[in-house]
Amino acid sequence: MIEITPRNIRTWSMLGQRGTAFTMALPDIASDRKDVMVLTADLSLLSGLERFKETYPKQFLDIGIAEQNMIGVAAGLAKEGNCVFATTYATFISMRSYEQIRNNLGVMGFNVKVIGSSAGVAMGTSGNCHHSIEDLALMRVIPDMQVISPADGLETIKVIQAISKSKSPAYVRLTGNLNCPVVYKEDYEFQIGKGNVLKEGKDIAIIATGTLVAEALKVSELLNEHEIYPTVVDMHTIKPLDEELIRNLSDSHSVIYTLEEHSIIGGLGGAVAECLAESGSSVRLIRMGFRDEYSGLGDYEYILRQNKLDAEGVKETILSTRMSKIRRGISWKI
Amino acid sequence: MRQERNVEEINAMAKRMRLKALDLTFKSGKKGAHIGPALSCMEIMAVLYGNVLNVDAEVPGDVDRDRFISSKAHSVLAQYTALNEMGFISDEKLNTFQENGTQFGGHPVFNLEHGLEYTGGSLGMALSVGVGMALDAKLKGRTNKVYILVGDGELDEGSNWEAVLSAAQFKLDNLVVIVDKNGLQYDGLTSEIMNIDSLQDKFAAFNCKTNVVDGHNVRELLNIFHDLSDKCPHVVIAKTVKGKGVSFMENRREWHHSQLSQKQYEQAIEEVNGGRP
Repeated sequence: MIEITPRNIRTWSMLGQRGTAFTMALPDIASDRKDVMVLTADLSLLSGLERFKETYPKQFLDIGIAEQNMIGVAAGLAKEGNCVFATTYATFISMRSYEQIRNNLGVMGFNVKVIGSSAGVAMGTSGNCHHSIEDLALMRVIPDMQVISPADGLETIKVIQAISKSKSPAYVRLTGNLNCPVVYKEDYEFQIGKGNVLKEGKDIAIIATGTLVAEALKVSELLNEHEIYPTVVDMHTIKPLDEELIRNLSDSHSVIYTLEEHSIIGGLGGAVAECLAESGSSVRLIRMGFRDEYSGLGDYEYILRQNKLDAEGVKETILSTRMSKIRRGISWKI
Repeated sequence: MRQERNVEEINAMAKRMRLKALDLTFKSGKKGAHIGPALSCMEIMAVLYGNVLNVDAEVPGDVDRDRFISSKAHSVLAQYTALNEMGFISDEKLNTFQENGTQFGGHPVFNLEHGLEYTGGSLGMALSVGVGMALDAKLKGRTNKVYILVGDGELDEGSNWEAVLSAAQFKLDNLVVIVDKNGLQYDGLTSEIMNIDSLQDKFAAFNCKTNVVDGHNVRELLNIFHDLSDKCPHVVIAKTVKGKGVSFMENRREWHHSQLSQKQYEQAIEEVNGGRP
């Protein structure tokens, strides 16, 4: 049984959820379940799957550099009753094999858990081909697909445990780099589809997802110096979205900010916008993410900074926009 | 003005490219670089840019130029250093490799001014694009050729085989596919992870003319590239060694992407300079 101790939490954080932390949860799940299968597309080593491969050789397959085939094979295994985890880089798994995912996992509902590693811009200098800023939107539009983006190593472990118990397909988006900041220092209750309010504030609320949840917490401290006390939410599940929480936030706050390492279109910001629009709320929404363009190249921190997604950039955006309720009706661009 | 280099000049060029690639890898520090897969195709790139490709840094977007894409885009250090040799990328610009705000990241970004025909990094994409470019040359009556370098691990991607099927269907004798067959992919030996052999038989079955050469022998490479006259797509299977030229990198999967310590860097430079143990 995997133990949630301060030491393990630090280890998972060090490994980074972009690749290896999720693989720590797998041996535990597979130990008494022969139906659990793990598939990779030539990223066994990089994802830290070598130990799993050695321990459970019959439950592991390396499909080679062939993502479409991997999802097809995973679907076949799932169709015969297995619970299949398939993983490679988020860009490749969510985009190269998209129609395979749509038909097999969407239309037929096969029990495949799609794990996209190095999502967002963690692989900054590798180039735009490795930046995954569209995957949430793509996965969210597939009916009944659960879409989850954990905030840190411990939450990643909890997500993997939770989805392994369900028979529904899921997409898990792993963002961030090695040495991820720790958001959850101790055990807590995790439930798919239920956002976690990490800080109860007033007037403004920041709804973040993935590793940017840690940035949101940093921002809230920076804002405290300006006597602004934001509510901070870890919205780990993009779908099914915690609409009740969003409606409650809209009732009690004047501006809601969404923060994600993704296009502002179709991901967390898009989902929250849809929810608020239908609820008839008058709350002002400001989406922070990639503003419908591909980023330049640089390391992870650099790209976040350039796109105002680091704590300092988010603070600036909030300081320049929080009065927007008063200025409603004036059209301006952040 | 473009000048074709001879065997001796190309070998010297490949050596300078190796040294520069090692410099840039070392300079990248903890970020590391794809040094192993770059070293396996240094001679291929040097032969192509130094002699075979009709490309000229003075007219980089010339419509009659030969097109070249490295589909195994992670071998970017071989391409950047070759483009540097040919005047497409200045030393100053090349030295921004993988730095914040650079145009020259760990995979190439489409930039004709600097001779980069395609944004790469997602494997199994460029061969189909090569088919499209070769078709256009045929349709417009141009005589330029299209060269696509692919990795043997990359050939796991089914899209490559759809591309090859169509290349033969459209009788694209202006398309040259070069396979950098170094026998390794990220997780290990291609023979163990996903066996692709026999490549020669596979391409032949897809109605391509296939030749096998030593991918580090400049003369052999030159001879084959100047002798592609069949009326069908050409495939040159270049047998190579991943990490070629640096003893501790050769045939080692861990050098697919890695960083160099000061000591390793010095040893690597010494070996490429001829001081091989």
